[in-house]
Amino acid sequence: MKALSLRQLCKTYNNGVQALKGIDLDVEEGDFFALLGPNGAGKSTAIGIVSSLVNKSSGTVTVFGHSIDTDLEAAKSCLGVVPQEINFNQFEKISTILLNQAGFYGIPRPVARERMEYWLNQLQLWEKRETISRSLSGGMKRRLMIARALIHEPQLLILDEPTAGVDIEVRRSMWEFLRRINEQGTTIILTTHYLEEAENLCRHIAIIDEGRIIENDRMSTVLRKLQTETFVLNLRGPLRGTLSLPGYRVTAPDETTLEVEVNKDQNLNEIFGALSAVGGEVVSMRNKANRLEELFMRLVEGRDVGSGQPTAPPTAQADA
Amino acid sequence: MSTAPPSRTPGATPGSHAEVTLAANMRRARRVGFATIVIRESSRIMRIWGQTLVPPVITATLYFIIFGNLIGGRIGQMGGYTYLQYIAPGLIMMSVITNSYGNVVSSFFGAKFGRHIEELLVSPLPNWLIVLGYVAGGMLRGLLVGLIVTIIALFFTHLHVEHLFVVIAAVLLTSVVFALGGFVNAVFAKNFDQITFVPTFILTPMTYLGGVFYSIQMLPEWAQAVSKANPILYMVSAFRYGFLGQSDVDVGFSFAIMTLSVVVLFAACVWLMNKGTGTRE
Ligand SMILES: Nc1ncnc2c1ncn2[C@@H]1O[C@H](COP(=O)(O)OP(=O)(O)OP(=O)(O)O)[C@@H](O)[C@H]1O
Ligand SMILES: [Mg+2]
Repeated sequence: MKALSLRQLCKTYNNGVQALKGIDLDVEEGDFFALLGPNGAGKSTAIGIVSSLVNKSSGTVTVFGHSIDTDLEAAKSCLGVVPQEINFNQFEKISTILLNQAGFYGIPRPVARERMEYWLNQLQLWEKRETISRSLSGGMKRRLMIARALIHEPQLLILDEPTAGVDIEVRRSMWEFLRRINEQGTTIILTTHYLEEAENLCRHIAIIDEGRIIENDRMSTVLRKLQTETFVLNLRGPLRGTLSLPGYRVTAPDETTLEVEVNKDQNLNEIFGALSAVGGEVVSMRNKANRLEELFMRLVEGRDVGSGQPTAPPTAQADA
Repeated sequence: MSTAPPSRTPGATPGSHAEVTLAANMRRARRVGFATIVIRESSRIMRIWGQTLVPPVITATLYFIIFGNLIGGRIGQMGGYTYLQYIAPGLIMMSVITNSYGNVVSSFFGAKFGRHIEELLVSPLPNWLIVLGYVAGGMLRGLLVGLIVTIIALFFTHLHVEHLFVVIAAVLLTSVVFALGGFVNAVFAKNFDQITFVPTFILTPMTYLGGVFYSIQMLPEWAQAVSKANPILYMVSAFRYGFLGQSDVDVGFSFAIMTLSVVVLFAACVWLMNKGTGTRE
């Protein structure tokens, strides 16, 4: 069963911005799915359409087999959404917000109270239940929205940047929490700008850029596609000649730093050899970014492998 | 602690027992959803009672003192009743109109502005039910204030009721009409100015000119003709007919206008919600 299926989904806003340009996406039941993309890529727009907050221009959306065009109520009952922006009544108490939300999904009060207690405990908000929501901290507000999205126990939970502005400790406990409810059977779709988060949690990943899906696969497959890694080398002093490393892409952010991309068939020895030849002395070395981040940058910027000559700034070659 | 098992509804073949249960579940869910909106609206009315209940009561009391007691005493009889008895139904109706309208316009616009309208839009509640929920909230406040104003009126005069059923039907229908009107206003409103514009520049003048304080028979011919284009005249007249047994216009026609307004406005509200005007991008 597909938890979510998008076909040729397009959205043009009234101001003419084409936010989605024909998106196809399938998320299997039980999956933990990451939707990544730079700011303005169209992630929130896609989520908005699925959750009926944005009208689509064309295309189809089905949630657990229910089309939002013909079977909207059923599609909506399968869905829980944690939006990017805060959208609860800031003058209401936490308990009121949750009980009302349950009511909108037709859950009778006694059941709603039990569930409220359960989810507020799970999200460490039970002590705050009588607090006016406006006076919660930013991280608590995010957790409140998660509790609200879960009170009707949806089969599909969509979270739009749930960990934005949340401290590391809370973020980790949120990860634990999401992993747990995913194991208990809830399908989860998540957007995030913390690629580490996606790599940690998600089994499938789609990358969306300028309204198009540019990558969509298993996380492990996607990571395997990443043929190259970038190393940052710190040198003791400027090079005494032109570095010659054919087949490698080398950039020089400054006189004593080199960034070298190394693919699977290449090796570091060659780099060190070439460096020694021009008097380069490597004092330290590190990976430029984590693997997913690297892939993301590459896909989104559309870069490819260069000539092996340091490209910028020109001062790196000035001594030649 | 273990997760409560999610209440998931399996698909059902048409006509089967499962389908019947599904339909029953949906009806129950809608009932609970509707009740939730109404409870939320009434607790909003009570939470901010200083803004929702007190001002209309003060205004009405002032009207009774000034027009009824001070000035009314010099006006003399209107169609066999004291001036206070004549304007009391008009003043009650005026408070029902302003408060039914005002409640929906500010609550729904507030929900748009604070974005919590999204809670309802994401939920499986159908749009017509959301409209009904807000209308019920508007009626609740309109009728509550109307009732309080009636009680205040009783401190100043005796209210004679000629046709109780007409009184009730007229006040209910009027309240629905203006709650729906407030909904339309809130849907289109983009800022707070736009939710005060209609009440200030359209609703209040129309109410004043709709025969709250006078009988249109006191007006010159042309002004009577103009007045008859004002729908509020028919509502006030029908309501007053229920009390006094006399009316400026045909009461049957009044009810036809009210019913038609309810149908047209309700259809418009649901259509706007389905289309997403003012609520969805
Ligand atoms: N209400 C709107 N009206 C007009 N254009 C909009 C609206 N909302 C979003 N857009 C535009 O649509 C595009 C996609 O925006 P969207 O919010 O979907 O991006 P996103 O991927 O969620 O970005 P972010 O990571 O910053 O949240 C952007 O160019 C944005 O400016
Ligand atoms: Mg976004």
